[in-house]
Amino acid sequence: MMYSEKVLDHFSNPRNVGEIEDADGVGEIGNAKCGDIMKMYLKIDGGIITDAKFKTFGCGAAVATSSMATELIKGKSIDDALKLTNDAVVEALDGLPAVKIHCSVLAEQAVRAALSDYYTRQGIDPLPIVGEIHEPEE
Amino acid sequence: MEKKFIYADNAATTAVSQEVLEAMLPHFTTAYGNASSIYKLGRDAQRDVEEAREKVAKALGAEPREIFFTSCGSESDNWAIKGIAERLGKKGKKHIITSVFEHHAVLHTCEYLEKQGYEVTYVPVSDKGLIDPEDVRKAIREDTALVTIMYANNEIGTIQPIEEIAAICHEKGVIFHTDAVQAVGHVEIDVHKQGIDMLSLSGHKIHAQKGIGALYVKKGIVLPNLIHGGGQERGKRAGTENVPAIVGLGVAIEAATRNIAEKAAVITPRRNRLIDGILKLPYTRLNGDRDKRLPGNLNISIEGIEGESLLLMLDMNGICASSGSACTSGSLDPSHVLLSIGLKHEIAHGSLRLSIEEDVTDEDVDYILEVIPKVVDRLRSMSPVWEKMMKGEKYE
Repeated sequence: MMYSEKVLDHFSNPRNVGEIEDADGVGEIGNAKCGDIMKMYLKIDGGIITDAKFKTFGCGAAVATSSMATELIKGKSIDDALKLTNDAVVEALDGLPAVKIHCSVLAEQAVRAALSDYYTRQGIDPLPIVGEIHEPEE
Repeated sequence: MEKKFIYADNAATTAVSQEVLEAMLPHFTTAYGNASSIYKLGRDAQRDVEEAREKVAKALGAEPREIFFTSCGSESDNWAIKGIAERLGKKGKKHIITSVFEHHAVLHTCEYLEKQGYEVTYVPVSDKGLIDPEDVRKAIREDTALVTIMYANNEIGTIQPIEEIAAICHEKGVIFHTDAVQAVGHVEIDVHKQGIDMLSLSGHKIHAQKGIGALYVKKGIVLPNLIHGGGQERGKRAGTENVPAIVGLGVAIEAATRNIAEKAAVITPRRNRLIDGILKLPYTRLNGDRDKRLPGNLNISIEGIEGESLLLMLDMNGICASSGSACTSGSLDPSHVLLSIGLKHEIAHGSLRLSIEEDVTDEDVDYILEVIPKVVDRLRSMSPVWEKMMKGEKYE
């Protein structure tokens, strides 16, 4: 299986690993049974994602897509973050093997789950804004 | 500092040895005759093929005429199982017994036969990765054609009670086949003494090249022809012999079986040091019986991390290893072997297999034991599963 240089770089030097203690939104997606769990922490100020961190249990692609997703949304508005697609993550990583595309979907969904949590904490129903969060099938 | 390179995945494949390569080389350029040709160049090739057959036979305690060259272990398995199924199926014997943790070359062949109307019983394995011969006995029926049980498991290295199983089969008049791809060269095998009727082996696991294997078929057992064509392999498997590969296999198996006990005496303590060193990490477990296993094999589950990440990090540190995680198997499920011994999915995902030979030195063992805790710590520090485990929360 071939990983791009960029995937290997984001795996070996993942950006934004860790937790944000006073996060404004935290989202977790996946389950250990399937072999992938991503937890995403967001700091949001005035509609802007000022910081993003993650923790991931999973394969090389799961780590790399989490890392890239945090890079792609940091400093962006919530609206922009909501537009983040798994394709954009894949493209930014110079591609992923076909069997690993689901990791990029997890990364996209982890961002949405964290934003959903953010709205919930604000007392706002996240569903009309963020939409449904898709958990991977077992 | 010179970049470390430690190959600890000999169960996946091995390097062609210098001795094997040197024996093979003339057969590409000068001794290139077709073994079926009448002139000397051809006769020489035939002699070399037959010499190799003798070496394979000798290594297994068989007779040369009981050895058939194939292209790989999978081909040998397919031929043995489908061949017996075809032969005895016609006589109404359409039941096969195997185990749940066979190699896919056996499992998928059995699944194929199920679709063709055969019945297959999959005997279980214990949590130590061992088959109980009594389970085989209980599974044998009037219409059982074949029992096929692997000699040693490819992932957890456990060595099965082959002689006992063979004895039960013979008591009941059933043919016994074993996939010995992982065992040859690592444990003493004598097919006649052990009562093995058919045995598959592969060249590239014992320092021959990829693309060569053999099937031992006991005299008196007749398999249908696998490839129709010329008279090669006594007409059973037509096609011009792969002379260099066959010669290489002969040299390789002779070398691999020459000093099995001495090799084990060197490898086992190193392997044990690796096991004890890795098990010092919290939340780890050894998979498979500690004693009844191949000398160079260890398989350990490391909770809170995922196998592929571990392999990538080990690779970055110059260590080649293997795992039973779903991500390395190309499916969503982790290894069927680890599930068969009762591991939960989430624990099976974080497994590590090392398979070492004598070239992995005591110094290399030190290095591996230095790298693994660092890598595991790093992966655990970024793992939400580990975080939950440490907080005492459930993570399933």
